[in-house]
Amino acid sequence: MSLNGSGGWANGVPSIEARELVKRFGTFVANDHVSLQAYAGKVLAVVGENGAGKSTLMNMLSGLLQPDDGEIRLNGRPVRFKSPRDGIEAGIGMVHQHFMLIPPLTVAENVVLGHEPSKGFFDRPAAERKVAELSEAFGLKLDPRHRVQSLSVGLQQRVEILKILYWGSEILIFDEPTAVLTPQETRELFVVLRGLSQQGKTIIFITHKLKEVMEISDHITVLRAGKVVGQLETASTSAQEIASKMIGRDVLPEVHKEPPSFGELALVVRALSIQSDLETMAVRNIDLEIRAGEILGIAGVEGNGQSELVDTLIGLRPASSGTVELRGKSLLVGSSGLKTAPARIREAGVACVPEDRRERGLVLQYTVADNLILGMQDDALFSQAGVLNRGKIRAWAQTLVKQFDVRPRRSDVPVGTLSGGNQQKVVLAREFSENPDLLIAAQPTRGLDIGAAQFVHERLVEKRDTGTAILLVSAELDEIFALSDRIAVIYEGQIMGVFPASSVNEEEVGLLMTGGSTHAAEQSIDLSAPALTQGT
Amino acid sequence: MSAFSDSGLWTTLANASLYQSTLREATPLSLAAVGAVISERSGVVNIAMEGMMLTGAFFAVFADVHLHNAALGLVAAMAAGGIMAGIHGYSAVWLRANQIVSGMAINLLALGLTSYLAFSVYGTNGPPVPCVPPVPCSGNQVRTIPDWSIPGLNGIPGIGKVFFQQNPIFYLMLVLVILIQIFLFRTTLGLRVRAAGEHPRAADTAGIHVLRLRFLSVLPSGILSGLAGGYLALAISGTFSDNMTSGRGFIALAAMIFGKWNPFGAFGACLLFGFGQALYDNLQNTTGPLQDYSTLVATLPYVLTIVALAGFIGKAVPPAADGIPYDPASNA
Ligand SMILES: Nc1ncnc2c1ncn2[C@@H]1O[C@H](COP(=O)(O)OP(=O)(O)O)[C@@H](O)[C@H]1O
Ligand SMILES: [Mg+2]
Repeated sequence: MSLNGSGGWANGVPSIEARELVKRFGTFVANDHVSLQAYAGKVLAVVGENGAGKSTLMNMLSGLLQPDDGEIRLNGRPVRFKSPRDGIEAGIGMVHQHFMLIPPLTVAENVVLGHEPSKGFFDRPAAERKVAELSEAFGLKLDPRHRVQSLSVGLQQRVEILKILYWGSEILIFDEPTAVLTPQETRELFVVLRGLSQQGKTIIFITHKLKEVMEISDHITVLRAGKVVGQLETASTSAQEIASKMIGRDVLPEVHKEPPSFGELALVVRALSIQSDLETMAVRNIDLEIRAGEILGIAGVEGNGQSELVDTLIGLRPASSGTVELRGKSLLVGSSGLKTAPARIREAGVACVPEDRRERGLVLQYTVADNLILGMQDDALFSQAGVLNRGKIRAWAQTLVKQFDVRPRRSDVPVGTLSGGNQQKVVLAREFSENPDLLIAAQPTRGLDIGAAQFVHERLVEKRDTGTAILLVSAELDEIFALSDRIAVIYEGQIMGVFPASSVNEEEVGLLMTGGSTHAAEQSIDLSAPALTQGT
Repeated sequence: MSAFSDSGLWTTLANASLYQSTLREATPLSLAAVGAVISERSGVVNIAMEGMMLTGAFFAVFADVHLHNAALGLVAAMAAGGIMAGIHGYSAVWLRANQIVSGMAINLLALGLTSYLAFSVYGTNGPPVPCVPPVPCSGNQVRTIPDWSIPGLNGIPGIGKVFFQQNPIFYLMLVLVILIQIFLFRTTLGLRVRAAGEHPRAADTAGIHVLRLRFLSVLPSGILSGLAGGYLALAISGTFSDNMTSGRGFIALAAMIFGKWNPFGAFGACLLFGFGQALYDNLQNTTGPLQDYSTLVATLPYVLTIVALAGFIGKAVPPAADGIPYDPASNA
């Protein structure tokens, strides 16, 4: 595909084209007359905020969903897919946002599933040989005999990529592939993508990280609220332009943060070890300290013990050994199975914005008002002798809904009907209203659009400034760096180092997150919290 | 020990006929259980083996008597079980009904339907009686399926009687258990069935037609349960009586779970449960003090099962998507 002049290739016939595709879910229009073109040998980035309709569009291109209206063309010819099988046979392979892997099966079984190397009996050696060849050819190292459930997320993604390569797909769709990767893994993925692109494959790459768009793509289609709002060439645009198209207004500035003003030691964790569900050690002998008025960010690839640590701090999982103290009071009691009831921990001044708000943060069927007093229902403010005072609850809820800008501004609708961002605001409102000494925020902006994420960030910084100690757990390095005063890196249940946020960069932290060591780690500052700030 | 020595327990345990009837009892359980393994491995919970078995038993007798042929009776039993499975599969897979409710409905339907049919067909004269060769069979007698006695081998002391004097359906069952084990773990179709039961959307995106595969996987479960019913009617009792399966379908269900959704495992559990039933039957026929406790003794295998499930063999983990209807059109 050598073309005359910059952008000239876009005059050729697209290898895949969407024309005015429409997809509705009930009355909701997820894709509203969406058109895009992708070309062989080029990388098309499809960007848009969460909920913009990117996955829906890609699911139609790959045959998993059927459009309500519009047309898909392959090399200029209209096609109609009734199932993913039709898409696969037409040469379209998609790596889904949520991996489509079967955990108890092996790598080879997952890759060849549906297109096994022999009919009748399953030819395992042939399957393993083919997968080994592919993994060699594309530099995606993997043992075909390993079970997928034992692989890290990064390796699981390789299995997904091998799968579509095994199908021989010419059009490769990647739905937010970097969301689960470390910076190093992302770089490796980009090497693979460039190689595939040079071989003449068509690549559609979905993301909402603009840095990546600028780095990997040739051209860009921007979606907002189900509509195409821009088609750009990467060479002649900027991250700012894409971002403003994505969110429909100018980009907000970074969260404004005053220098911290540290107070007394709030949380002190010593030699804490915790078992995982699989009875291996999830957290190994870690020490942490957080002062009042400080945000400590825990950076790490998911599954390195963060979830277990948070569970123990809020009383959902016993520790095997170690101590946890909040303002000098122990949160772990009992000699075997160190654990305190969650309600007691709340009383002691711990609040938590959980990782999975739909599972743990909210009762989706309950109204916004009921969710806002969850855990406080016995407070004299809201009930007398076990009978809820509806009037007071409503008044309280209305205040919070206004204060936290929950939309719609109603407290009497089931919280499950709200968008993800507004659900998170409800959780935040409730946890903040308890005025905790320690606030734990686990993946607080996961799945939120830029506007809502910004709101959450601002509130967290505000809370810090009122003297709350905040433990932030996030897999997003951008978030860690935007908010943290100090950063602790966790890898395989161990703290690899704790640094003042200003003394490290994303590269160094990213390397530590995957078990590598850096110059920074050698200088690893002492683990204790910074000294009391003058004048507090 | 000596307190038991004259109680009949040791004589019972030492008698080859106990083990012969263990295998006899294990046969219908195993047929139903390994059939259900296929259904559940594909992601469709089947608690309707009881009903499918009962339907099979009735139609086995009905066809046998009308067509004067036991083999055709078995074919009718399998067809009837297959049709019941078709109903369950249709509602569970295509209509995405709750699979427990659908299965329970099949059980109740089968119980009512077979009682009703038995009464309307045989109501006045009573159910047909088995025809016992060499007396020539009259028109409305049941042609039974006699045991095979394999010459030469049946004389081996001890095991001869246990293994080589059994019903042909017992041997068929052994073959089926092995074939289903091979099917699930050594064939491409078996791989796909397991994929559909673990993560149907992943299977779908790999180009597998999940709904069709699931529907087809429910059918063998009904066919084998029907065959189990046919065995009970034509090889064991020689007649049909109301609710004659008396809970065997549910015991097969327990065996499938105890066997961790594996054909071999389920078969092993069926042997244990068959032993319990055989022990009960044998102790009933003794004259020691144990006769009074035979029911209690017979619960031993089930007590062992509960103990084992509770701690020793580890959690019995079903296929991840077992019982969850799959909707290809939803994006979630
Ligand atoms: N199966 C579905 N039923 C109802 N709404 C859906 C379904 N799938 C997606 N949606 C909605 O469609 C919108 C677009 O979703 P999606 O395509 O996943 O967005 P993106 O991938 O850009 O984040 C979202 O608001 C989502 O809630
Ligand atoms: Mg998406």
